[in-house]
Amino acid sequence: MAGGPMYDNRVSGYLYIAPFLIGLATFTLFPFLSSFLLSFSDYQLQDPVQQARFLGLGNYLHMMGDDTFHGSLGVTFLYVFVTVPLKLAFALFIAFVLNFKLRGISFFRTAYYVPSILGGSVAIAVLWRYVFAGDGLINQALVWAGGEPLNWLGEPAYALFTIVLLRLWQFGSAMVVFLAGLQNIPTDLYEAATIDGAGKARIFFTITLPLLTPVIFFNFIMQIVQAFQEFNGPYIITGGGPLKSTYLLPLMIYEEAFKYFNVGYAAALSWVLFLIIAIFTIIAFASAKYWVFYGNEREDEE
Amino acid sequence: MAKGRVQLHGVMKSFGAVDVIKGVDLEIAPGELTVFVGPSGCGKSTLLRLVSGLELPTGGSIMIGDRDVTLVHPSERGIAMVFQSYALYPHMSVAENMGFGLKIAGLPKNLIKEKVARAAEILQLTPLLDRKPRALSGGQRQRVAIGRCIVREPEVFLFDEPLSNLDAALRGQMRVEIARLHAKLGATMIYVTHDQVEAMTLATRIVVLNAGRVEQIGAPIELYRHPANLFVAGFIGSPRMNFMDGLVDGAEADSVSVRLNGATLRLPRHNADVRPGAKVTVGIRPEHFRVGPGVDAGDDQAVEFDSVIDLVERLGGETLAHLRMPSLSDGVLVVKMSGDIALRIGTGLRVGVRLAQCHLFDAQGRAVGEPGSRAAVAA
Repeated sequence: MAGGPMYDNRVSGYLYIAPFLIGLATFTLFPFLSSFLLSFSDYQLQDPVQQARFLGLGNYLHMMGDDTFHGSLGVTFLYVFVTVPLKLAFALFIAFVLNFKLRGISFFRTAYYVPSILGGSVAIAVLWRYVFAGDGLINQALVWAGGEPLNWLGEPAYALFTIVLLRLWQFGSAMVVFLAGLQNIPTDLYEAATIDGAGKARIFFTITLPLLTPVIFFNFIMQIVQAFQEFNGPYIITGGGPLKSTYLLPLMIYEEAFKYFNVGYAAALSWVLFLIIAIFTIIAFASAKYWVFYGNEREDEE
Repeated sequence: MAKGRVQLHGVMKSFGAVDVIKGVDLEIAPGELTVFVGPSGCGKSTLLRLVSGLELPTGGSIMIGDRDVTLVHPSERGIAMVFQSYALYPHMSVAENMGFGLKIAGLPKNLIKEKVARAAEILQLTPLLDRKPRALSGGQRQRVAIGRCIVREPEVFLFDEPLSNLDAALRGQMRVEIARLHAKLGATMIYVTHDQVEAMTLATRIVVLNAGRVEQIGAPIELYRHPANLFVAGFIGSPRMNFMDGLVDGAEADSVSVRLNGATLRLPRHNADVRPGAKVTVGIRPEHFRVGPGVDAGDDQAVEFDSVIDLVERLGGETLAHLRMPSLSDGVLVVKMSGDIALRIGTGLRVGVRLAQCHLFDAQGRAVGEPGSRAAVAA
């Protein structure tokens, strides 16, 4: 048989990849498909699945008139549009500083990454709640500085700010990617630009930034996807309040499914969230050819 | 007229505790193409970067034209530089790359376009002006890097190993182009390379550097004919000069007698400062040997050695024979013969050399005395 002895024993080959295939089927494909099917039903968590009725596009039509959904969608967009650019800018700034050749810079590179390991965890979110509490660290600092304590978690305008800050605090992973990108830019280019008479700011905007666009693009996609799925912050710190001012879509999906048991509606909301993320990603990829520069010096074009 | 003149006075550079440049004095005349050459780590690139201003010296001063530029910003020194990696901005077109410096200087667009077009014409880049660097071949990128220099109309062009990323054929071609460009522009150029063929063919003058110091400065042929010391003798010329240990037998007004390999060589030398019994090194270039039985028999201006062939390298146009000699302590002697010569390994070979073509160095490695007569050496 063609292929030789290596291909004769197919069974053991399949056995080797079986753990992955089983995991994929059980924990990814099955939920993926069943949530899609459930999104067309009125399935309630407390009932057997057999009792679920087919609603067609009922759940999706219901969303159109659901003010809670509209509010949640607005908050989610606001959250994403504020956090993503801020986080990218902040991560790039820190990476830029950490790219200086200074003594002991490796220590700082590690130290600045630590918040990202801890940042998304429940423990930090709980800590966040205490830091922004009425008598928390932030207010104590404000009073010490002569200011008035603020009701961080009770005022709609401030509450969103606290969960935005929690996300910014996790700048490390984006920073590490930026740092790698910065280190990929040859020193020669900076030297050539220096001889050409470009100042520091000019070099940053005409050399560094354009050559960093592939990395910016990558980070942008990752951050968009992650920000739309933010759950820990609102769930633990604010509970979505006050007045649903931090009621992000993932939290609404969770509550619909596990608080109100409307699994069918929650599944439909999940698919809408999925579509929104997909659309943003597609737009980003489509726009990439206008602003992302892939600089690998290859000769395979033209 | 001092435009394009470069002067270095006691220039020093240390990185932390490491002294890379240990006091260099040098004057480059306007329009010269000076090559800094030396083994890797000798400081040649650092010296060039000191002239460019990308590094600042820890001591001494640098003048370009009539100006002291020791602490002047690179963009204001009147220099332009070609990097080993070309350092083209990958996201800019050829025209943008060449015009970048002029754009920063605030020149009007049509003037930039004009200057870029003129440089592109000199370098035959006109059809490529809209391309990005990645769509160019190595040689084309190199020309763009040179074009970027030309549009700046600098007093001094700096080249940092510009050809070392190119393959052998292209390197030879670009070498000729740079020589032509120098003739055409007549500008002062400083060129760093570790390739002595580039140094020999391009240079008006060569500066041989070793361990942060200047070993010798001179015209290429002068360095080849009269190396000031063992280092230069070994560095200039390929294959490298053969060295043999000898003892001084006696020194007279116009000659030095050296005992070597059982023979006594009376080498023509003036003002030789050596004593009988002193250890010396005799250097003979591979191409100065003459081969065959009795090549120099009866000629008292020549000496002959018997040897055994150890290895033969046939290059077609020339043949390199590695020879062993009974009393040759350090390794082999390399002899270069023109043409393709079939030699059998293990057989004997008699080689001769004219005494006037023997170099002589004292125990410190310095050339001994002055050559007998230039005519004899040139022969």
